[in-house]
Amino acid sequence: MRQISELKLKVLDLLKEDARRDPNLLATLLGATPEEIAEAIAELEEDNVIVKYATVVNSSKLDDEKVTALIEVQITPERGRGFETIAERIYLFPQVMSVYLMSGAYDLLVEVEGRNLKEVASFVSDKLSTLESVLSTKTHFILKKYKQDGIIFEDPEEDRRLLISP
Amino acid sequence: MSVNSQDVENNSKSMTSYLSPVVREIQPSGIRRFFDLVSGNKDIITLGVGEPDFITPWHVREACVYSLERGFTSYTSNAGMPELREAIAEYLYNSYDLKYDPKDEMIVTVGGSEAIDLALRALIEPGDEVLVPVPCYISYSPITSIGGGVPVEVETFAKDSFKLKAEHLQARITPKSKILILNYPSNPTGGIMTYEDWLPIAKVVEENDLIVIADEIYSELTYDHKHVSFASIPGMKDRTLLVNGFSKAFAMTGWRMGYVCGHPDLIYAMLKIHQYTVMCAPVMGQVAALEALKNGLREKDHMVESYNQRRRLIVQGLRDIGLSCHDPQGAFYAFPSIQSTGLSSEEFSQRLLMEAKVAAVPGNAFGGGGEGFLRCSYATSVSQLNEALHRMGQFVHKLKQG
Repeated sequence: MRQISELKLKVLDLLKEDARRDPNLLATLLGATPEEIAEAIAELEEDNVIVKYATVVNSSKLDDEKVTALIEVQITPERGRGFETIAERIYLFPQVMSVYLMSGAYDLLVEVEGRNLKEVASFVSDKLSTLESVLSTKTHFILKKYKQDGIIFEDPEEDRRLLISP
Repeated sequence: MSVNSQDVENNSKSMTSYLSPVVREIQPSGIRRFFDLVSGNKDIITLGVGEPDFITPWHVREACVYSLERGFTSYTSNAGMPELREAIAEYLYNSYDLKYDPKDEMIVTVGGSEAIDLALRALIEPGDEVLVPVPCYISYSPITSIGGGVPVEVETFAKDSFKLKAEHLQARITPKSKILILNYPSNPTGGIMTYEDWLPIAKVVEENDLIVIADEIYSELTYDHKHVSFASIPGMKDRTLLVNGFSKAFAMTGWRMGYVCGHPDLIYAMLKIHQYTVMCAPVMGQVAALEALKNGLREKDHMVESYNQRRRLIVQGLRDIGLSCHDPQGAFYAFPSIQSTGLSSEEFSQRLLMEAKVAAVPGNAFGGGGEGFLRCSYATSVSQLNEALHRMGQFVHKLKQG
């Protein structure tokens, strides 16, 4: 893995807080030129360090709230390729939001999103469980999201300071 | 017997004659006056806050909660928990090359404020003059007066980046001068002093046999230069009472945790006052402070980096608006000049508040030399700062259009 510069790390920190910050603002905050910032961002994108600029949505505020499930999957690893082939087979499904290889009691943690409970259930029973190397699945539905990607959805920390103080 | 509000009012009026003349004469702080204006105003963006916008790091809060669960609720020794004093000594040595014996050269106090009060009360004889570089933190002059001393202002200037100059200090010294209060990094100017800046000051201090109260509460918040403690200047340790605390570096303002270090004779005298007034600092705060020193330095560094980013943003923003602003190298305040607008500090601040909904503290609240300036705290989020600068820009533009 390549050594990443301090400037790039700081740019990443600031963009993780708010991806919409423009290079001029980042340049002012970091005491760099806009050109240096633009170059750093371009390289981070090119090297696939910045994979995508996404929006964190609190879907409970929407009418078309989706159902999300976390599924523990036990699988038989494949000779020579381990878990790679089956992980790829699973993550290609558009319903699958994330896939992690885990240590512990199961092998893969799969996050699945669907329009309703039935849709997720049928994905698990028809698609996931029927894959040849899948030994078992255990599905946990998410009832409420309090925090995601470091962002607290409800009750953001309020500023309790007095408006003026010494 | 029933008491109506009129009786209460009359009664309270008549009681003022019992007050000590010194306390009667003391004016409420300029910040307090401005606070009354601000409260009740809606949708204000405030640059008026003199404290971190971070919340005390979680592990520090958690350590305190856990200690309460375990029943840490009793007095500690007067000078503070021995393990906390040892941790402070180690921290001062590692950070500022200062050696203090935790046994008899240190008191854990209720905030840096108590430490300054203890120092003044232990040292002042009626009529002693206390030199205070201005603009400065609002409390120094009033607590000097309360202690029976006479505050004497020593002006510092924007052209010197608000550094204290030996010639200005020397010019205010009289046979009654006894104490010099230093506050670098400075609230409200953000000015700092380097090793070279300190040397001529130390010479004046020595030649005039002054005792120094060095309030270094912002010592962790410096940007391009590392903080140099006045006590670390050769020959100065014995005549310096070093005041510091946890409020600013570890975002612990409400905990009121401070400390003072100095010569055992002075510390012993201050400890007498401390034990007869507050007895000891609250134990839960001491437990939290210990955790902050042991495991909080990484969070502190992160907060400092964040302040530094916002410092660049506000200084650049103020200059873009057309307000000249020296480069603050410490604390979290920018101190721009508003003289080009032709308004006084009070008038500028009030109109900025009413017309642009931005609160910043008028410079004259910080004593002589503050007139014509504005204290803008950048301990607030980047988005708030951007919005405040935008509003200030429109306001200043309108002023200049006439």
